[in-house]
Amino acid sequence: MLANYGYSDGSGDYFITIDTQRCNACGACVMACPSQVLVTVDEDPNDPENDGPVVVAHGDRVRKLRYECDPCKSTANTTMPICVVVCKTFAISHSW
Amino acid sequence: MITAGIDCGAKNTKTVVMRDGLIIGLGVVLTGFDQSVAVRQSLEMALLNAGVSRKHLSCIAGTGSGAKAVSEADVMVNEIKAMAEAGNYFFPSGRTIADLGAEEARTARIGEKVTIVDFAINDKCAAGTGSFIEAMGRALETPLEKMGELALLSDNSIPMNAQCTIFAESEVVGLIHAKTPREDISKAIHDSLASRIASMIRRVGMHPDMVMMGGVAYNRGLVSAVQRELGIETILIPEKPEYGAATGAAVVAANKGQ
Amino acid sequence: MSVDKQPEFWRWDETNWVNRDIEWINSEYITLGIDIGSVSSQAVIMCDGEIYAYGNMRTGSNSPNSARNALEFALEGATMKESDIHYCIGTGYGRVNVPMADRSVTEIACHARGANFIYGPSVRTVLDVGGQDIKAIRCDEKGKVTNFLMNDKCAAGTGRGMEVLSDLLSVSIGEVGDRSFDIEVEPSPVSSACVVYAKSEATALLRQGLNTNEVLAAYCLAMAQRIWSLLERVGVEPEFAITGGMAKNRGVIDRLCKKVGLEPMKTRWDTQLAGAIGAALFGYSLCRKGKSKRR
Repeated sequence: MLANYGYSDGSGDYFITIDTQRCNACGACVMACPSQVLVTVDEDPNDPENDGPVVVAHGDRVRKLRYECDPCKSTANTTMPICVVVCKTFAISHSW
Repeated sequence: MITAGIDCGAKNTKTVVMRDGLIIGLGVVLTGFDQSVAVRQSLEMALLNAGVSRKHLSCIAGTGSGAKAVSEADVMVNEIKAMAEAGNYFFPSGRTIADLGAEEARTARIGEKVTIVDFAINDKCAAGTGSFIEAMGRALETPLEKMGELALLSDNSIPMNAQCTIFAESEVVGLIHAKTPREDISKAIHDSLASRIASMIRRVGMHPDMVMMGGVAYNRGLVSAVQRELGIETILIPEKPEYGAATGAAVVAANKGQ
Repeated sequence: MSVDKQPEFWRWDETNWVNRDIEWINSEYITLGIDIGSVSSQAVIMCDGEIYAYGNMRTGSNSPNSARNALEFALEGATMKESDIHYCIGTGYGRVNVPMADRSVTEIACHARGANFIYGPSVRTVLDVGGQDIKAIRCDEKGKVTNFLMNDKCAAGTGRGMEVLSDLLSVSIGEVGDRSFDIEVEPSPVSSACVVYAKSEATALLRQGLNTNEVLAAYCLAMAQRIWSLLERVGVEPEFAITGGMAKNRGVIDRLCKKVGLEPMKTRWDTQLAGAIGAALFGYSLCRKGKSKRR
């Protein structure tokens, strides 16, 4: 499942996409994220019949994603946000 | 040499008349429906204020979201250039500039000789602009100019969940019904906007010499919330911040006229 | 919005229904799904995966009461009592505040599952435009979500956005669709997605001499574009279904479908029930798989 967490407003689209088939819930992104946007849960809230842990975006942070992700976006020399960099299974992408 | 800069904004149209690098006249009118009428009136007001007549002007520059309506203009200046020039005019040491208007927020980082290094604009989502506070003021039944003062009375931090202006209005009404003190609500509103503005400032790069202009800079509650959010002690603000872009345009006009 | 004027965001009737042909006493699992939305709340009772009864009503000021009321409404005239229910799942934005729920499931998962039930297994894309959010979901033939997004942060394109405009123009929500087509030429859409800016733009259009219907059309078109931009992110695959309150506003939906290039699916069920049906079905399958215990 491609889970798009985030929002779109007049200023743009701000989504973190997690491919739950690729995510192995290793938690590297959870540790790396400076804004605690990502969390590991035992059961996918959007797929209750599927067993096994998965990484999801934190409900409260999602609504402010543009600002929460700012530390990884505003530095000119970062090409990719840290959560994307540390993911060994290429399960995470950002829409902006 | 006498020049004029006209900034046709979403809410107000401002004109600055400048003689040899000094501001000698100001004019401001509500933009209203017909922008070209507002431009004419604002220019006439500033000329009257300066005690000069139209024929003394060697160059007129237009800027702002309604710049197209400035048919009098000899030169058009984009908003980022205007704010950069204005920042440099008021505070030559300023390197990070924020121009906060009713329906637009802009930030820029400038280098030597007013070169623009980076900039960010939000004119697409009301939640990041002055209209956010105006709308919340309506929900709180508090006039816009009192909102900032009200926020300064509170030391409490209550979170605002809604990011959208429309949803935040309902949230404010909910807080009023829950008997939350009005000063706490007002502070939450200002903190919420400040976090969005601070993010735009960080986006372009934060420099200790930070200049803020635009009508929103009159709001001391917001200025203090932005300072808190960025962790800085002072923000440089011109005496009449709403004339920022118009001043920048007048400076550009003077440079062109030489 | 003035206090004395009631907003008309719910022009639908509160409905309930009981299927008396079902001998519920013989069923193995009786599951309840409760969907607490921002505007409406539904309770659906299913006996071994078949709808036995439902209640659909307006959400009150607190979620626990809305859940109780919806359930009572569903059971009105039924021989079943609340204590006969084996398992209950809550969903919707108020899902954590459903007192009788054994667990909660997100509205994304429930919507996909519910759409699979009411439209049949051929449905692949479900768009739900509610009072405060927009959900775009892609699912497989089993109603399992394969791709989704939800936008509940921005009012643009939501029922709330429509309500702000209909209030501004003093047109009741129910008339918006027809009136927006009662025009000679389709105007260009209002330029901003933001409801706050669209509101000032609509005022400016009226001053420029556009009539109310034309302004409505310009706004509906902008809303359709807005919804389309979200839908595009997950991609549209036929068959395509639209649920939620906005499905009843042809001003937006007809314009949206023109962009999508697909006709939305039809169903005999009330589409507002999708979330609650999905919740009740999850309860059924979780019980059957032994992942959850019946009471």
